[in-house]
Amino acid sequence: MSILLDKSTRLLVQGLTGKEGTFHAKQAQAYGTTVVGGVTPGKGGTTHEGWPIFNTVADALKATDANTSVIFVPAAFGADAIMESADAGLRLVVCITEGIPTLDMMRALTFLKDRPGTRLVGPNCPGAISPGKAKAGIIPGHIAREGRIGIVSKSGTLTYEAIHQLTQLGMGQSSCIGIGGDPLIGTSFVDVLKLFGDDPETDAVVMIGEIGGTAEEEAAQFIQKSFKKPVVGFIAGQTAPPGRRMGHAGAIIAGGKGTAAEKMAALSAAGVTVVKSPADIGTAVKSLL
Amino acid sequence: MKIHEYQAKAILSKYGVPVPAGEAIFKAADAKGVAERLGGGTVVVKAQIHAGGRGKGGGVKLAANPGEADKLANQIYGMTLVTHQTGPEGRRVGRLLVEQGLPIARELYLGLVIDRAAGRPVVMASQDGGMEIETVAEKTPERIHKEYVNPATGLVPFQTRKLAFALGLQGDEIAKFGKMLGALYNAFIGTDASLIEVNPLIVTKSGDLIALDAKMTFDDSALSRHPELKELRDLEEEDPLEVEASKFSLNYIRLDGTIGCMVNGAGLAMATMDIIKLAGGEPANFLDVGGGANKEQIRNAFKILTSDKNVRAVLINIFGGILRCDILAAGVIAAVQELGVRVPIVIRMEGTNVEEGRQMLKESGLNFTNAKSMGEAAEQVVKLSRA
Repeated sequence: MSILLDKSTRLLVQGLTGKEGTFHAKQAQAYGTTVVGGVTPGKGGTTHEGWPIFNTVADALKATDANTSVIFVPAAFGADAIMESADAGLRLVVCITEGIPTLDMMRALTFLKDRPGTRLVGPNCPGAISPGKAKAGIIPGHIAREGRIGIVSKSGTLTYEAIHQLTQLGMGQSSCIGIGGDPLIGTSFVDVLKLFGDDPETDAVVMIGEIGGTAEEEAAQFIQKSFKKPVVGFIAGQTAPPGRRMGHAGAIIAGGKGTAAEKMAALSAAGVTVVKSPADIGTAVKSLL
Repeated sequence: MKIHEYQAKAILSKYGVPVPAGEAIFKAADAKGVAERLGGGTVVVKAQIHAGGRGKGGGVKLAANPGEADKLANQIYGMTLVTHQTGPEGRRVGRLLVEQGLPIARELYLGLVIDRAAGRPVVMASQDGGMEIETVAEKTPERIHKEYVNPATGLVPFQTRKLAFALGLQGDEIAKFGKMLGALYNAFIGTDASLIEVNPLIVTKSGDLIALDAKMTFDDSALSRHPELKELRDLEEEDPLEVEASKFSLNYIRLDGTIGCMVNGAGLAMATMDIIKLAGGEPANFLDVGGGANKEQIRNAFKILTSDKNVRAVLINIFGGILRCDILAAGVIAAVQELGVRVPIVIRMEGTNVEEGRQMLKESGLNFTNAKSMGEAAEQVVKLSRA
């Protein structure tokens, strides 16, 4: 098993005809993911690189058996694309788009509350990969190996780093989920931990957080109460200055809150093996198994 | 994006929030005229910088008459104002706000932000106006009253009434508060704000509610749909290198260490700063060149990075996913050849086409130090920065 993505994933690409969408649709297909088509309003009825293009997600669902969508549309249309795919009834929506206005996301999340059958991952995330099975997003497939470690992370390249370290040490991954670095996101650390907790093929979890917000503290509470598998944690931004947005819209220490120190302390208290150095993620996992 | 108090007040006033009469000035000599136009009585001269704590730092003064306003404006204008938010280097004051003085009966606090966990706006109100809300939250959290706003309904009248009563407002103050908070909420949504703070919100001796101070911050991701707000950006408030970097869409934040770093991805960039510190060094900057950086982007990044005079060594840490290592190597080689970089460079790269990239660096004949892992890279660069 794995979480969110597997061999049954049938992927629809919103924004397939764009440069990013095309590149990553091809990458996903080359990785073995079933890519069923794309949505670009106004280009319905055409084909692109052999894939059928639809005007709406609803049209795409009538013609294909898509169950997952990945979004590569420009930021101004990101929230709209999320709501459209939820409305059409897709069970999983992965939004890669960076820079969606916060108020747009607020409205989209409110919309999603009425559609509990849809899970949104992201936005502003690298997506997800279940090695050897399927991928949706931009995580390079060739660095991952099939295995039994789960990864959940707010960051993109830092996730690749963790995957790489595990792979180098001979530990493969069950699934790697990038949840995104925006202030408002669809899937939290806790949501992913619950899925990993129920996945018999995940033995341990790497959790990569960063400064800003309280998602890591909430994860710590959940881990302490109800998560039985070993967790290795790293928090980026231990040296970040307060009041500055560190690249990600959500990575900011505001009013003295959201520091790496607070998050590391909360995770340690919950029994998580917290590493100070990002270079120690792989070895820490190895020592726990 | 941050703006000045006088700009925030102008926006809020448009939405119907009562603010004191006043004018912003860009040279001290204009203070007297403004004070006279305001009636010749008491005015407040306020330094306009993007940092809190201005009063304590000596940047806000009361003048009894236009003559005194002139004197105080000359004192404050051009001064380097140091507050707990500016850092020890302080900020030069180049703009002043001259406002009518008001008879204050009570000082309250009113704030609006997006609550990340709830995914919706939250209004915060407190009787402890004039204090920093963080201090109130820490010491007496029960003195902060909150109302979460359902995005579908907007702020509902009962919520503003609840807050008004919690603040101890009476009589027609309650209706005035409702009107003001409604206007603030509309301003928040209408401008894609990420923060509005009115601290203090005053009740005057005659029972009027007025925003005596105002702070607004906007969502950078939404600025493209508010061209009028973009024009309020004050480049004087920003580090010149950061302004330069923003022209090339590079995510650069200047810090005070000696090791420059260039990384792809925000999380990895923060982690690289962290590992430099763990190895005993101090990062000179945060720099995320992004996932799809090209040769030109890398050249610009390098230029900005190395124009910081404090930089003694550079660490390049790239995990190539979409950004291929051979492209990175070509960019770095071109930049070094063209710019003649004066400091040692440690490169750690991994991922797509890494072997080609390493080979290119080796064959370039330039003096790069190749590191196999992040840990090794950090140790190397710290050592070289001290050589």
